Amino acid sequence: MTSDYIRVESLKKYFHTKRGLLHAVDDVSFTVRKGETLGLVGESGCGKSTLGRCLIRLLDATAGRVLLCGGKCADIDVTRASKAAMKELRKRVQIVFQDPYSCLNPRLSVWELIAEPLIVNRVFPGKSAMRARVRELMNTVGLAERLENSYPHELDGGRRQRIGIARSLALNPEFIVLDEPVSALDVCIQAQILNLLNDLQREFHYTYVFISHNLSVVKHVSDRIAVMYLGKIVELSDYKELFVKPLHPYTQALLSAIPVAKLDVRKERILLEGDVPSPIEPPEGCRFMGRCRRCQSLCGEKTPPLREILPGHFAACHFMQDAAVDL
Amino acid sequence: MNGRKSGLLLEVKDLTIHYVTDDGTVHAVENLNLSLGRGETLGFVGETGAGKTTTALGIMRLIPSPPGVVKGGEILFDGEDLLKKSESEMRGIRGAKIAMIFQDPMTSLNPVMTVDKQIAEMIRLHKNVNEGESLKLAGDMLELVGIRRERMHDYPHQFSGGMKQRVVIAIALACDPGLLIADEPTTALDVTIQAQVLELMKKLKQQFDASMILITHDLGIVADICDKVAIMYAGRVVEYADKRALYTNPAHPYTVGLFNSVPDLDEDRESLNVIPGLMPDPMDLPSGCAFHPRCTRTTDECAKKKPGMMEIAPGHFVACPQAHGEGRRRE
Repeated sequence: MTSDYIRVESLKKYFHTKRGLLHAVDDVSFTVRKGETLGLVGESGCGKSTLGRCLIRLLDATAGRVLLCGGKCADIDVTRASKAAMKELRKRVQIVFQDPYSCLNPRLSVWELIAEPLIVNRVFPGKSAMRARVRELMNTVGLAERLENSYPHELDGGRRQRIGIARSLALNPEFIVLDEPVSALDVCIQAQILNLLNDLQREFHYTYVFISHNLSVVKHVSDRIAVMYLGKIVELSDYKELFVKPLHPYTQALLSAIPVAKLDVRKERILLEGDVPSPIEPPEGCRFMGRCRRCQSLCGEKTPPLREILPGHFAACHFMQDAAVDL
Repeated sequence: MNGRKSGLLLEVKDLTIHYVTDDGTVHAVENLNLSLGRGETLGFVGETGAGKTTTALGIMRLIPSPPGVVKGGEILFDGEDLLKKSESEMRGIRGAKIAMIFQDPMTSLNPVMTVDKQIAEMIRLHKNVNEGESLKLAGDMLELVGIRRERMHDYPHQFSGGMKQRVVIAIALACDPGLLIADEPTTALDVTIQAQVLELMKKLKQQFDASMILITHDLGIVADICDKVAIMYAGRVVEYADKRALYTNPAHPYTVGLFNSVPDLDEDRESLNVIPGLMPDPMDLPSGCAFHPRCTRTTDECAKKKPGMMEIAPGHFVACPQAHGEGRRRE
């Protein structure tokens, strides 16, 4: 039985905007187990990146708790940790950003970029030990040593993303948030990076939260998948079950919309009407009701909670029985 | 929308486009051949830098010059060579006979002009109508792409990404072009919105009886709406076939690698079979077959000779001598 690594309890993140309060992440609770990959999917603006950033406190949460279960040490609430505690914590939790073009300082060489976290945290007293560690990291992520004096602009997207990964691995973290790490890359390079992330996890037993809008990619890497819609998790389940037995109407539409690179597999496509509504001051009730096929009056009155419908399979919809019929 | 003649609409022969820069010459498109029948949809697939967009811009005669130079070839559209047209003749063709949809709807619309005026501008450029009529036609076009008439006086920023792409489609189709070139039309959109836009494009293509070139890197979209597929690598078409032939029997090692790189929804694989290495530098292409350093089937021959197109089955062309034995040469 794997233990929980992160417990998120009623996490909220609101942003003040000119037009009102933007509910980016709205009352989300879930756990990430030690050593697993939790996939976080959703369309742009659903709050998946905001949630990822709240997990490692790159953003301060508005309410709720993010508990890091340390095994030996006591649980730490990331949202309330002191500055000193946070600095220690940063060695354990890391992030890889989406855009390998903008997340690297263009004036630092590959060597300096990868050494930066080691220097900031004063890991090595001497230069030679640090040099050896940087070399080791470059090998781990598949960067040739001859590149150590190159600058980011000289490298292609795949290599830049490898630098981003090497930086996040430098301090031997336990947990890495991967925020759309392959979205900016071509399919062939994307496949290389996905394999790399997979190999690293097997070797070093990292816990990943993998954020992406690409369902095929998420299915490939994840153990469990959470589907987000307008700041809420609408479904959470084992990766296989989600694709075979999607319960929430949004998940069903999302799955049916993926173009499949095969002939004669055309399933009935559920076309959603309209666009994702604004997350600013959303009305009470189910966020998906305006576009839902199953919408009834109850949906506008009460927000459906995330309930365990099948063992380990959670969904937030009032009409789960109908969902079972639809399948 | 009247019944058009059958036969070939577009035939590109030996098109070569280079970008000449101070650092060297980029061989963006090399000896490209393709043909498109009336009413057909051709999918143009390849990675960044393969030359897909350059080919499309070449057909539209929109290659920025300098640094772009069309080195040679012919682009026969309706039997006439577009490369021999004057700039003013081209202006009559762009939009009216060949229209283009660009990747990013956020940047291809004018932000300070209401959408009905942007559509009407296109109509008045090519049709002999007055302003009032053109605006009325613009409203019709908006309704056709699923935008309510009340919104015709809105500015682009008031629309979402998917709606903006609908406006772009309305502009492209406003003059009933025979050929529509769509350059990654849904790449900037979310999957559910992408599904809406693709459905719309499929429907309108039928309704307008237009041919289409769809540039994409997504083999899933190709499977959904194309009839024929051309796979590009480093400025060349490496495989060209009917969709069915290509998906059931991909012959070029690059095509096979491309299919293997996409995670499969129905399969559970620990790791993906990747193509090793990177796309070559287009200024410094490998000798012989540009794919040979990454290929699993390389022989000594590959580094020496550029492979010609072979027809391995009727209508299925592959630029690889190793591709399933005794094909016959195209020419």
